Amino acid sequence: MAKDQNQNYEEFVKGLWRDNPVFVQVLGMCPMLAVTNSAINALTMGLATFFVLVGSSFLVSSLKQFIPKQVRISSFIIIIATFVTVIDYTLLALMPKVHKELGAFIPLIVANCMILGRQEAFASRNTVKLAVMDAMGMASGFMIALFTLGAIREILGDGALFGVKLFGDNFEPWIIMILPPGGFLTLGLILLCFNWFTVRKQQFLEKVAAAERSGA
Amino acid sequence: MTRDKADAANRPDGRTAAESEPGSLRLVATLAIAGLLSGVAIIGIFEVTLETITANRARELREAVFKVLPGVELMQKLIYKENKLIATNEQEQDELPIYGGYDSEGQFIGYAIPGEGPGFQDTIKILYGYKADTRKIVGMEVLDSRETPGLGDKIYKDASFVANFTNLSVEPEIIAVKKGKKSAPNEIDAITGATISSKAIVKIINNTNQIWLSNLPEPGQEPELLVVEEESAADTGRGE
Repeated sequence: MAKDQNQNYEEFVKGLWRDNPVFVQVLGMCPMLAVTNSAINALTMGLATFFVLVGSSFLVSSLKQFIPKQVRISSFIIIIATFVTVIDYTLLALMPKVHKELGAFIPLIVANCMILGRQEAFASRNTVKLAVMDAMGMASGFMIALFTLGAIREILGDGALFGVKLFGDNFEPWIIMILPPGGFLTLGLILLCFNWFTVRKQQFLEKVAAAERSGA
Repeated sequence: MTRDKADAANRPDGRTAAESEPGSLRLVATLAIAGLLSGVAIIGIFEVTLETITANRARELREAVFKVLPGVELMQKLIYKENKLIATNEQEQDELPIYGGYDSEGQFIGYAIPGEGPGFQDTIKILYGYKADTRKIVGMEVLDSRETPGLGDKIYKDASFVANFTNLSVEPEIIAVKKGKKSAPNEIDAITGATISSKAIVKIINNTNQIWLSNLPEPGQEPELLVVEEESAADTGRGE
């Protein structure tokens, strides 16, 4: 806690890569697989989740003294559900087309275990500032993961990104990529790469440490 | 994640000792207040967005009616009541409305009939234009569907499939045939790879026709366009 600024930064950054909610914690799989058949759907879902997570973390951490621990989970769910309903109606009013696509998955943000997980594990035990930084980091990490998956699936499955055709007419789209199995395939491959990198980095660090020891 | 575990370890019970045993009254009160505030927030956002949402829905429906009935300038909600098709502007529950399309002089052109039924994944809702004098369907629009992206969603994305419905005889009933095999006026070309979705549309139209066609009045005796006041003309028509 030596440098306040440092800790804020640290809480934000950890969600992007090291503790990424999807690639490392493997949370929130339902929206992850269900709505990532195009980049725009993935991004909208990411933004909706961002709003809900930051809003709930802010409220939960500011109200934490008033919530008895026996009813904390119910209270968190009430708070989360309220934010979800708000975003549901807002999307319906402002972006009816996107709402039509995401439809059933918006109300399911309530059941996204990543959000409840952050309230229980972090927001209810930390200051408002740290909780908001943590929520923004985690939500951004979630959004990055959703977007990566959505972009890959849309490019391969539809030959387009954000609806703009990337390849010529000769490109035969891999329909399976926008169907549910494509979600599992893509996620599996991304997790494989992610873990491969992590393991390699660790081995590299160990090697460096060993070299330093023998050198010294 | 390791950090979270450390956080948890720092404050194992999460609360200070003074607060450790709150009475049940306090628990009930906390949840009641939380629920109350949440309710107020939800009612607030509902009220704020209601107008835009209703306007969006009405606009979508109006656009769809004009799309499935070419040449239509004005529309009128029609409901079936006491064995008669009557024009109404009232909001009524439990009534299945259809829509009458009129040209700018108020001459009746055709009906826009909404129908729905099971698709490949979820209910498909469509609206189609029907002309009683020629007994033909003149247009079809999918209002709501959850068909497979890239395959089933061609029922509204594939212009050549939608074009099947611009001059389609409803007698004896519509039949979906393999693409390119269309030979009779009551047949449509199904989408290759999306036969279920294509047949679903056909089935919806056939079923809806069964409900409505025998109840429609003789051509020439359609309900007249209700006289609308100057101010509200924009609500029923395309607006100026």
